[in-house]
Formats: sequence, C-alpha cells, structure tokens
Amino acid sequence: MSRILSVSGRGIPLRGNDIDTDRIMPARFLKVVSFDGLEKHLFEDDRRTNREQHPFSDMRYNDASILVVNANFGCGSSREHAPQGIVRAGIKAIIGESFSEIFLGNSAVLGLPCFTADHNSIDRLQSLIEKTPDVTIDANVQTGEITAGSLKFTASLPTALRDAFVQGKWDPTAMLLDKFEEVRSVGGRLPYVSGF
Amino acid sequence: MAETLFHKVWNAHRVRLLPSGQTQLFIGLHLIHEVTSPQAFDMIRQHGWKVAFPERTVATIDHIVPTSSQRRPFLDVMAEEMTVVLERNCREFGIKLYLPDSMEQGIVHVIGPQLGLTQPGMTIACGDSHTSTHGAFGAIAMGIGTSQVRDVLASQCLAVEPVKVRRIDVNGRLSAGVYAKDVILTIIRRLGVQGGVGFAYEYGGTTLDAMSMDERMTICNMSIEGGARAGYVNPDETTFAYLKGRKFTPSGAAWDKAVAWWRSIASDANATYDDRVTLDAPSIEPTVTWGINPGQSVGVTERIPGNADPEALAYMGFDANTPIRGTKIDVAFIGSCTNGRLSDIEAAARIVKGHKVAKHVKALMVPGSREVAQEAEKRGLHQVFIDAGFEWRGAGCSMCLAMNPDKLEGRQVCASSSNRNFKGRQGSPTGRTLLMSPAMVAAAAIAGEVADVREMLEAVPA
Repeated sequence: MSRILSVSGRGIPLRGNDIDTDRIMPARFLKVVSFDGLEKHLFEDDRRTNREQHPFSDMRYNDASILVVNANFGCGSSREHAPQGIVRAGIKAIIGESFSEIFLGNSAVLGLPCFTADHNSIDRLQSLIEKTPDVTIDANVQTGEITAGSLKFTASLPTALRDAFVQGKWDPTAMLLDKFEEVRSVGGRLPYVSGF
Repeated sequence: MAETLFHKVWNAHRVRLLPSGQTQLFIGLHLIHEVTSPQAFDMIRQHGWKVAFPERTVATIDHIVPTSSQRRPFLDVMAEEMTVVLERNCREFGIKLYLPDSMEQGIVHVIGPQLGLTQPGMTIACGDSHTSTHGAFGAIAMGIGTSQVRDVLASQCLAVEPVKVRRIDVNGRLSAGVYAKDVILTIIRRLGVQGGVGFAYEYGGTTLDAMSMDERMTICNMSIEGGARAGYVNPDETTFAYLKGRKFTPSGAAWDKAVAWWRSIASDANATYDDRVTLDAPSIEPTVTWGINPGQSVGVTERIPGNADPEALAYMGFDANTPIRGTKIDVAFIGSCTNGRLSDIEAAARIVKGHKVAKHVKALMVPGSREVAQEAEKRGLHQVFIDAGFEWRGAGCSMCLAMNPDKLEGRQVCASSSNRNFKGRQGSPTGRTLLMSPAMVAAAAIAGEVADVREMLEAVPA
C-alpha cells in the first residue's frame, strides 16, 4: 500500500448538492459479483436524462483525475460500487463542500482522499475548471493546500484519514489483524459474546 | 461520570487506537446479503485470510430476490448467480445463511430483530445503509461498504472514528392517522438531509417511550436519510418484552443477566449531549415528500413550498405553491425495511378493508420477511389486500430499490412506504417517488391520488 502525499491532475466539476449514490451508480448495475467495468455506468441515468450535458460525458474533462463537487456528496446507499466506479474512471481525489460519512469511509479504503473546503473556494475552483479545463490542480494531502493556476486555498481531511494516507495505512485490514489477541480479549469480555 | 449509550457501547467494543489514528472497534453482529458481499469474499480468498468469527456473521438474500415467484432457479440469471455465489461463500466459510426456502428469510433489517440476533449494547454492521434500523434496540448499528465487509469478515473489526451524539426528544401523543414514519420524515425535514453528518441520533421523549419496537425501527431506519452515522433508542421494558423468547435471545438465568446488562448500557439520566433538539408530536401531520430527497416533504394539508428547489420541481414535474394532496399516483408500494413489518401491514389493512384500489393504480404489498407474511396470512390480512386489488407478494426489498423485477416504468408516480425518493431510485431513470406512511399509501391507492388518511380513518369504526 503506497503513501498518498499529494494528487495532481486536471479537474472535472460536478455541480449540485445531495448527489446520492443511486445517481452515482444506479442499483441495476449492482447486480454483479465483481467491481470490474463499473466505470462504464458511472452517473449513467444522469448522463442520459440531464437536459444539460453531464460533465462525465463532456470530452473536455476526459483525462480528469480530480473531481470537484458540492455538499453532501455520496449520500444515501452505502454501496461501495459508487466510489469503485469513480476510482475506475481515473479519479484520484475528490474536493467538495461535504461528504456523506459512509461514502467518505468507502473512498478512504480505496485510497481516494475526499477533501472538504468552503462553498466559495469550491465554486471558484469549479468555475476555473469550466473556463480552463486543462488547468492543473495540485492537492496536498499533508497540508490540505489546493492550488490551481492562481487560485489557492486550504482544504481539510479528517485527521485520522489524512494520517492514514500519509503513512500509507489507508487500507486497514492488515492493521486490524495485527494484534489479534486484543480482538479476542475484547470479544471475550463482552457479555453477549460469552453467552451472559 | 454520566455517559450516553453511544459512549458506553463504543468503549466496551474499543480494541485499540490504530497507528492511522482511527479506532479499532469490535463488531458484535455482522449481517450480510448477496449484493455487497461477493467482492469481499473474493478479497478474503485473494489474501488467504480466514473469517475470524464465522458464528458472528449471518446471511440472507433480500435485494435481488423476486417477489412474484421465489422458486429456484430464479428467472433472472444474474439474481440466481448472486444467490449461488452467496451460498458457496457461506458454505466455504461456515456462515449461517437463510434462503427463501427457509421461514427465516426476509429483508436483513427485518429478520435480525425478528430472530433476536439484534440485541441491546451490540455493535452491528452490515453492507447496507439502513443498518441504522437495529439501533431501535439500543445497539450502535452502522452501514458499511464492501471493503469494510471484508474487514469485518477477516477481523470482526472496523477502523472507524467516533461521532458526536445529538439527543432528539419527541414529546406528546401522535394524532390518529399519524405514524412513526411521519415523525422521522418531520425530523429530517426539520434538521435536513445533511443535518446529521458527524452525529449519531439518540431518539427519546414520551412519544418514543410509548412506541412499539416496529415503530422505533421505522424511526431509526431513516437516521441515515438525515445524514446521521447511526440512530438509536435506549432499551426499556418494551425492548425486553419484544426480545423475550426469540430464537437467538438468551433464556433462563442468562436472560436475567442479559436484561441487567442491557439496562446498564442505557444512557444515564444526566448524560450530556453534543446537541439537543425537541419536537412536539401533536403538531405532526401525515407527511408526504414532494421532491428528490427525504428532507423535501410537507404535511398533507400543506402546499409545496414557494422556495422549493427548482431541480427537484423540474424532475418531479410539480409547481411550487401547489397542494400535495390530490397528486395523481400510478403505483402504490407498501413494504421495505422501513415499513414492511406486521404492524405496518395492519395499519394499511385497516384503511384498505372494504375498499378497492383505484382502477389506474398498480398496488403492491410486499411483506418484509417470510415470518411477517405468515403472521399476516394467519390473521387473514392478505385477503383484505387481495380483495381490494393489491398484489400480495413474497418477502424482499422489492420496489424500494428495484433490483428485482418490481420497477417503476417511465415517469410513473409511486406512493411508497420506503425510505428514498432519489432520482431513479425505484428502477426507472425518470420515475417519481412520494414517501409516506403505509396507511397513507393505502389511502392513496384507493383514492388514486395523495389523500389525507385521517378522513378515511373516521369512516372506519375503530
């Protein structure tokens, strides 16, 4: 597992609050036993039914690796298929006003940092990308500093997740298994585990 | 020091602080289903890991199961494959699985409590956001993703961070025709769909004290729709009475010890909370959503707000300042982990009895579990629905998320007792959902449009 200190690349702006995981990955695409190919169905219904062109159908953002969203992104269903589709579409970081906690946790385990910043900074970043889609965005995981052209602001990550990315410890299974005798001892102390 | 249930249960399950800064939390009960587990088992195999505590995981199928005929093999090839994969995984790792050929099958959040697997003081995880339902028993119950399902299988633990606790008091008596669903829709309307981010919700007050376990489950179920990481009610006599004698609850001397421990983990009377909110129950009306998230709702006698979100209005094809009552519906759906329990079926049956579903409406009644279906059938309730023109189906998630053949078509409007009115949620990318209580769905099915169930209650002698 690699350390994630910073992410750089072109951006893709996706405007709107409360974009739920049903919209990110409609339920019929969950009828699978593997995550392979989910990127093909990312925002599939929104892309088909939106009156305006959806950013994920817009050629200008084809090679983007940083998704810029508004508030409460990823709310609703806990389906990891949503961040899996996002990661498989080449996104390496998300910057937004806020995220649902389940989405944030699911993304972290995939090595996808979700930065949060205030509405004004996000709006300015989205406008900048819309105007100049080839602008390079640099997102520093350690300091939270986001730079894009002359735009500069500080975003944040939950401390424990930031440290996990920086230390290369964002996929926790190995850590959870590391001191397994402690797991057994906590389990053993719980009255319902031992049968009261 | 006075503590909340959240802190007591968290501390009892805390293993250690991980080098990453997260907490390693022991998970007491792990529930799995066919949609979010196959990739987790693949990861376990790839790494050569074992399932650490197979006896602490229980599996069922619910999301993809057809409700018209549950005979195997399922007609949908992919649904059959997902079931076969779950069967194989459970067999390989020694996990108990309840399929539709067993009486225990049903929606995972209905069968956990029904079997007595769900108990106070536990930490519970499931690859499904409505895991918050189990909080009704005084458990910390969290929805997780597939990689976390893998973590729980491998280690019986999650790497998580604690959240703050908001106490929500609801006081007073609910009016006739107003149900738990209306209470939680009102809470979400008031606090917003993002209001709970960073919090667990502790529900209490005289209204919650008087509620049955079914009603408390409806409330806790939709905590996630308010953005909360979990929702719970402190365990009390109602909780213990529900649990006594269930398949997996302790008996004999162990029962008394269990009750004593369950009492001890309830929040202390003088516990402090990070935030407090109070609602007045008598002021709550039957509530209906008009938009594309569960916070966009009004009382049935109200109009859609003048400042309503334009995106939601455009999607729904509704106008601001128009009454929600009288909105024509095409489909009526009663079921789901929110409102698919026996008391929900009874409440709806009371409205449906002696009436006919409007000619243009397709109406589905989908029990939350096989046991719920059997209990309802014993009481003859299935016949009430069938006589009225409802389809009486087998147990499953059905049209709540439409991963089985039960789907909306085109721009159909569905009066639904489920939990999400997101764009495309019920299987048609342009389908429209109006969330409401099961009794309100029943009223809408008969009227063919959104109606005020209170007027229909008056017509039926209690």
